[in-house]
Amino acid sequence: MRSVFFFALVLTLTASAARADIKVGDVFPALATAGLTGGTVPATEGKILVVDFWASWCAPCKASFPALGKINADYASRGVVLVGVSVDEKASAYAAFVKKQAPPFPALHDAAQQLVRAVVVPAMPTTYIIGRDGKVRSIHAGYHGATTDQLLRTELDALLAEKP
Amino acid sequence: MRSRRLLLALLLAATALVSGCATTTARVQPWERATLTDYTMRPDRDPLALALAEHVYFSRESATGGRGVGGSGCGCN
Repeated sequence: MRSVFFFALVLTLTASAARADIKVGDVFPALATAGLTGGTVPATEGKILVVDFWASWCAPCKASFPALGKINADYASRGVVLVGVSVDEKASAYAAFVKKQAPPFPALHDAAQQLVRAVVVPAMPTTYIIGRDGKVRSIHAGYHGATTDQLLRTELDALLAEKP
Repeated sequence: MRSRRLLLALLLAATALVSGCATTTARVQPWERATLTDYTMRPDRDPLALALAEHVYFSRESATGGRGVGGSGCGCN
């Protein structure tokens, strides 16, 4: 009888436990140990990291790639590393998209969706800006054209202005 | 006393089972919406069928519109 009671109590506590998602100020999971495929995970120590979660079936993601390419071109030499992470379930869809878009930044594949489940993105696409200390500085859910582009650039400029 | 404890245990177990539906694991997450972008999931893929359905909805329920989906059909944005 007592065992049934404690079992029910444990079940209640574990079932109602909310899954933690990454918020501003949290430490972003390390890309090197996230099981990403499709390329080499770039070195990010001491650099500002921009992680963009995308998928081949997501139209706003397609629209964001040229803008992200320009951001990569403008900020890569200033200590900013931009990495695209695909959450496609099908590797063929991921490969076809990368082949067609030919992004100038690393476009890796979270095949097991391990990283995206740990982060719990609020929308597709979602861009995370991570500071030199490895903590999330801002989260941009969705892509809204020039507005998002300007926001990203403004935040990157502010982070670059901070002393390392 | 024994029946009260059993009732309490059953109540806790039932709460646990129901609360599982309230967690995010029961929802379609943003990265799981690939199927929603399939052509067969588009409600407007057949104009004639759409016009017929709109007529029925209006005739029966006086309901119009409200069928849009943001972000290319997958609710991305």
